[in-house]
Amino acid sequence: MTYDHILVRYGELALKGKNRKTFMQILKRNVEKKLSDFPNIKVKAKRDHMYILLNGEDHEPILKTCEDIFGIQSFSLAMKIENDEDQIKAGALEALKLENGRTFKVTCKRPNKDFPISSQDMNQILGGHLLTNTEGWTVDVHNPDVELRVEIRHDATYITAKKIPGKGGLPVGTTGKTLLMLSGGIDSPVAGYLTMNRGVEIEAIHFHSPPFTSERAKQKVEDLGRVLTNYGGDVKLHVIPFTEIQQKIFQEAPENYGMTIMRRLMMRISERVAKERDILSITTGESLGQVASQTMESMHAINEVTNYPVIRPLVAMDKLDIIKVSKEIGAYDISILPYEDCCTIFVPKQPKTRPTREKVNEFENPIDFSKDIEKAIENMETVTLSANESQVEDEFEDLL
Amino acid sequence: MIYLDHSATTKPAPEVLKTFQKVSMDYFANPSSIHSAGSESEKLFKSARKQVSELLKVLPEEIVFTSGGTESNNLAIKGIAYAHENRGKHIITTRIEHPAVLQVCEQLEREGYEVTYLPVDQNGFISIEDLRSAIREDTILVTIMHVNNEIGSIQPIEDIANLLRHYPKIAFHTDHVQGFGKLPLPYEMEGLDIVTISGHKIHGLKGTGCLIKKRHISLQPLFQGGSQEQSIRPGTENLAGVVSFAKAMRLALNHQREYQRIKTLQQKLYEQLSNHSAIEINSPKHGAAHIFNFSVLGFKPEVLIHALAEKDIFISTRSACSSKENEPSHVVLACGKETAAESALRVSMSMDQAEEDIDLFIKELFKTIQQYENIMG
Repeated sequence: MTYDHILVRYGELALKGKNRKTFMQILKRNVEKKLSDFPNIKVKAKRDHMYILLNGEDHEPILKTCEDIFGIQSFSLAMKIENDEDQIKAGALEALKLENGRTFKVTCKRPNKDFPISSQDMNQILGGHLLTNTEGWTVDVHNPDVELRVEIRHDATYITAKKIPGKGGLPVGTTGKTLLMLSGGIDSPVAGYLTMNRGVEIEAIHFHSPPFTSERAKQKVEDLGRVLTNYGGDVKLHVIPFTEIQQKIFQEAPENYGMTIMRRLMMRISERVAKERDILSITTGESLGQVASQTMESMHAINEVTNYPVIRPLVAMDKLDIIKVSKEIGAYDISILPYEDCCTIFVPKQPKTRPTREKVNEFENPIDFSKDIEKAIENMETVTLSANESQVEDEFEDLL
Repeated sequence: MIYLDHSATTKPAPEVLKTFQKVSMDYFANPSSIHSAGSESEKLFKSARKQVSELLKVLPEEIVFTSGGTESNNLAIKGIAYAHENRGKHIITTRIEHPAVLQVCEQLEREGYEVTYLPVDQNGFISIEDLRSAIREDTILVTIMHVNNEIGSIQPIEDIANLLRHYPKIAFHTDHVQGFGKLPLPYEMEGLDIVTISGHKIHGLKGTGCLIKKRHISLQPLFQGGSQEQSIRPGTENLAGVVSFAKAMRLALNHQREYQRIKTLQQKLYEQLSNHSAIEINSPKHGAAHIFNFSVLGFKPEVLIHALAEKDIFISTRSACSSKENEPSHVVLACGKETAAESALRVSMSMDQAEEDIDLFIKELFKTIQQYENIMG
């Protein structure tokens, strides 16, 4: 008897009444996609648990992957055993022998009331069996090194030892789609990640201003987008050519309002792209008070141009906490690469930290951006970033 | 041609050469240049580093590309010695290291460092006990080779690492030049800090190689210049070399499974040569499969090498780096075989060596011995 499957416990999705079935199906699809490198596994979604049958695949990398999937509350390596007292005893012994530690506790659950022995009695029986047949182990019901869980269900009994916490949240794809404004800094990938945590699928939009921003800066954004694919599926990245618009702002608007006007144009373009793609919201990495463009006044002035929901997951987060998440998700080292993005060029010497709607409209109205916006959207390029293989490597495959 | 001198160098694999050519022509831009051609080169460079890090199961930033074994050994040993001279000046190594380690240690001795040279038994193995008792308060580095280049003895690198992980202030370096692609090491293992790998011993190109350097290890660079390779090894990246090296590594690891087959060829050499009255075997029975060292007593080794070369069979005396000195092999001497050391010969096989090569070599060797026996004897 060895561990032959992984028992996956649903998180919040177990609470979601009528939608539950869709949620389960989406989680199953996400899990299958993430584990597509392991052709032999089989995923079975049941009402209250999901099983990943290993069918001989190595469990270590699969466990590691499960840690990155939203919608999983916790998971455990498990063995499936017939509902038979002797077999359960043997399985429990096998499971304990694979663990390191000195104290244990058996926790039996019996949703299947047809099984003749109560869970209390079963705890006693198994505890005794384990103590007699092992050396060096003692029982500690309060603070055990190993908690052996035995669940006697209708179809079979499942034995698990270690409970590994999952990411929680909701399966990506269950709560719609958002358009993430991805800059290349530290904040926006974190904003994307946190939105995904609530089951939201991501498409990303990036404003590219060659020659003021380099190919490397674009590459960096692609790499950041690819980081996000680790936690959901593929990410579509829309790259908007933004040079001409930026030049026009620079030439025709007062310097200290340039930043606000630029942000408003980005927001307008984003809303247009979202609308065309049936995406119902826009997500940004804005956090209050970080830089000049992220004051309450600034947000008020920028938000005027859209009535789409603008999701700002970082708005109340401290920078240090944002950095912590950035490091956890593997984005930080990419984010800090020193390439210019379109927000760091044309920075006015004294940007308006308290812009007003009246003023910005006064400066912006005389300039006609409508054709520029059309043109930028027309020339938008879209790349699909994929989790499993990096395009970079494909390109060089024959060389390496 | 029957080439049996693979521990000296190998013939580049055609795919490796093709990569080198293509990268030299298509990606000649400097990876550090900010224009898009430079950016393409940088992308390729990163991909090569990523491939190497995945093959070795270490982090991308734990790889320092160098010009090969000699540079890597110099960088590892001097890099540790100079970085930690205030903490201690004691180094432990063995008597059977490659000249690129021994002579670096000798140089450091002239600069005021103290070096302990561990002895080996007659099979060319050090003892862990000797190592343990050589460790001092001021020891900063242990450098012990993995597979010996002359006789093929294999040092217990994992045991050494397991011992040294309890001494976090001592860095452990191993010269893995003859082991890579034949006998893998657990590169990610705690206690194993620095590892030398060379390209041209694994059908890569001369002038390519790397050092695995764990994150917590700091090395003083050998030369100053740009900020390439985290400033540990400045100089414009040898992109074509690095990419071809990454490819050579991948191919070498694919061929590693041939090792068992090579072992049977070595056994054949062992059995047939040990039956000959004039031959003494210097390689240990449980050494690396691809290296086989023996002495034809009374024969000047050069005579046999030249005689076999006339028949298009190429073997060598010992290390190419020391074979021009007219001295007995320091490795075989260290194993306590004084007479044999005078006439040591080395056969070293590649992972795709044909069995017929070995048969023919044995036949011609015996014939040559017979032919010159009277004159030499």
